[in-house]
Amino acid sequence: MPSFDLGAHGLRALNSTLHALKGQTNETQWDVVNPRGSHAIAAGVDALVDITVHGSTGYYCAGMNKQATIRIKGSAGPGVAENMMSGTVIVDGDASQYAGATGRGGLLVIKGNASSRCGISMKGIDIVVHGSIGHMSAFMAQSGNMVVLGDAGDALGDSLYEARLFVRGKVKSLGADCIEKEMRAEHLELLEDLLRRGEADAKAKPEEFRRYGSARQLYNFNIDNADAY
Amino acid sequence: MTSEFPHTPPRKSYTFSDAVNAEIRRAAATGIYDIRGGGTKRFLPHFDDLLFLGASISRYPLEGYREKCATDVWLGTRFAKKPIHLDIPVTIAGMSFGALSGPAKEALGRGASEAGTSTTTGDGGMTEEERGHSRTLVYQYLPSRYGMNPDDLRRADAIEVVVGQGAKPGGGGMLLGQKISDRVAMMRNLPKGIDQRSACRHPDWTGPDDLEIKILEIREITDWEKPIYVKVGGARPYYDTALAVKAGADVVVLDGMQGGTAATQDVFIEHVGQPILACIPQAVKALQDLGMHRKVQLIVSGGIRTGADVAKAMALGADAVAIGTAALVALGDNDPALEAEYQKLQTTAGAYDDWHEGKDPAGITTQDPELYKRFDPVLGGRRLKNYLKVMTLEAQTIARACGKNHLHNLEPEDLCALTIEAAAMAGVPLAGTSWIPGRNGGF
Repeated sequence: MPSFDLGAHGLRALNSTLHALKGQTNETQWDVVNPRGSHAIAAGVDALVDITVHGSTGYYCAGMNKQATIRIKGSAGPGVAENMMSGTVIVDGDASQYAGATGRGGLLVIKGNASSRCGISMKGIDIVVHGSIGHMSAFMAQSGNMVVLGDAGDALGDSLYEARLFVRGKVKSLGADCIEKEMRAEHLELLEDLLRRGEADAKAKPEEFRRYGSARQLYNFNIDNADAY
Repeated sequence: MTSEFPHTPPRKSYTFSDAVNAEIRRAAATGIYDIRGGGTKRFLPHFDDLLFLGASISRYPLEGYREKCATDVWLGTRFAKKPIHLDIPVTIAGMSFGALSGPAKEALGRGASEAGTSTTTGDGGMTEEERGHSRTLVYQYLPSRYGMNPDDLRRADAIEVVVGQGAKPGGGGMLLGQKISDRVAMMRNLPKGIDQRSACRHPDWTGPDDLEIKILEIREITDWEKPIYVKVGGARPYYDTALAVKAGADVVVLDGMQGGTAATQDVFIEHVGQPILACIPQAVKALQDLGMHRKVQLIVSGGIRTGADVAKAMALGADAVAIGTAALVALGDNDPALEAEYQKLQTTAGAYDDWHEGKDPAGITTQDPELYKRFDPVLGGRRLKNYLKVMTLEAQTIARACGKNHLHNLEPEDLCALTIEAAAMAGVPLAGTSWIPGRNGGF
């Protein structure tokens, strides 16, 4: 198993090594040590590999990830897994702002809490947060699923499009055009799968969640809705 | 019985003109602000207020048909492993697929490539029409991130992080439901037919310190190959330019308030931002103060129409310019030949700006297949190439007359201003004087 000392060799060497793993490779297990909060660790990886970062990361760890499974054995700075395309990113600790922002696919698991704007503008990613999320999460979220085992802060799902939000705890307030919706059998089935893949099935059951989504009242401009903006 | 004395003739208010009153009545009837495309329509100090002095006894001109006047430009020489080399310093500004039809994007790529310059994507992702027909394609990195993916980042020739645009500094985008076709909806991951809003801020960074880290991430993803541009609207050009340089930009793109947009509020277009004439010297000063002029390149846009405008922008210190509205006109937008159809839309050729409605009779700003089929991308591309060539020839003509063997050798010393306002904004002397308002002790 290759081990890469980020403190000794630097970010450029790490990412160029990981980017070179396109296609077939026998080097599928990577350890990154001494991350020391560096930014853009393992950004732009496009290979079926497992990368474990031993420590906390700075901004944009696993940015635009494709295919790879990236585990952060610590906490993640802002924008972890931003614009992820596919693959899996697992944060053992907490995540700062904008976790999973604009993500288009794949699965982001945060075992601690996530700060504000988690899942902002998400476009197909699945996000499972074992703890709570901060304010303005899922702002303008377009598609994908967000599962929160704890609580949600102010203005959840403001200006939401078609993303599905599942929260087990309290929601401090809902944002414009975000409403609670009926939890149907297909949603319970979806939740069960997300909890299992998000390594949270031992912590929560689908029936404990509420579902939130778009009221679709702001999809076309109407002056009578102006106060909502 | 009529008075034998003459009446005071009816007098309309300048403040409450017919146009103002009509807009008040329209607002009262509809309850919605006016949305339109294009750039500002108000009169502004502009390049028309500057003149070149030309050569005389103290300056030697170059022979127009014999002596070389180079026009090429390198962009992205600061950090990128693969900087861009263009034959001419007139580039095509970012315009989205969605706002424009697929054939129109193809025509922009064809024309730009044939003329030896770059074209730019927009707020809707990269289309095959544009990538396939563009020799040099700049990929915009926008707040909405519609269509954003690492594969397109890597097949772009440069990446432009869009912070703002001249038509609406501080504003986001808007694409009304009429133009959200199946293909546009799929590319943007949105339901068909909704009014699509593009955010005014990036979702995962705020401020110049974050921008520096964001640029680092993009460079890492693209292995430091691509030039990174940062585009700003003409708001605070001195500070915005300095902060973009500090954040690590290879190129600063500065868009004055004449720059167009696909659709936004008229009040925004007409009342926010500064004219490009006022912006360029501020940006150049920031680059000079940092010792980065010509090291970080400056592309300016907003109301560039002729080779004279190109030459004036470059004399003020820009490395290149970008055109948007002028390129659309070259393709056939607002052509008087379509007057009968403009009349049906209750407008006239030259004034048509309801691009957001998707009814463009020229087939350019539409997603209606019946309309965009009218537009021939091969012919459109040829027209754009011709226009770009003419602009370049015009700029060369002026540069030779000023004794310059490269467009980049034009300088403020070659210029004078026709108005006090233009002299103050451009930092060149008022014609017939050595007076630059605000300099050398002011008045």
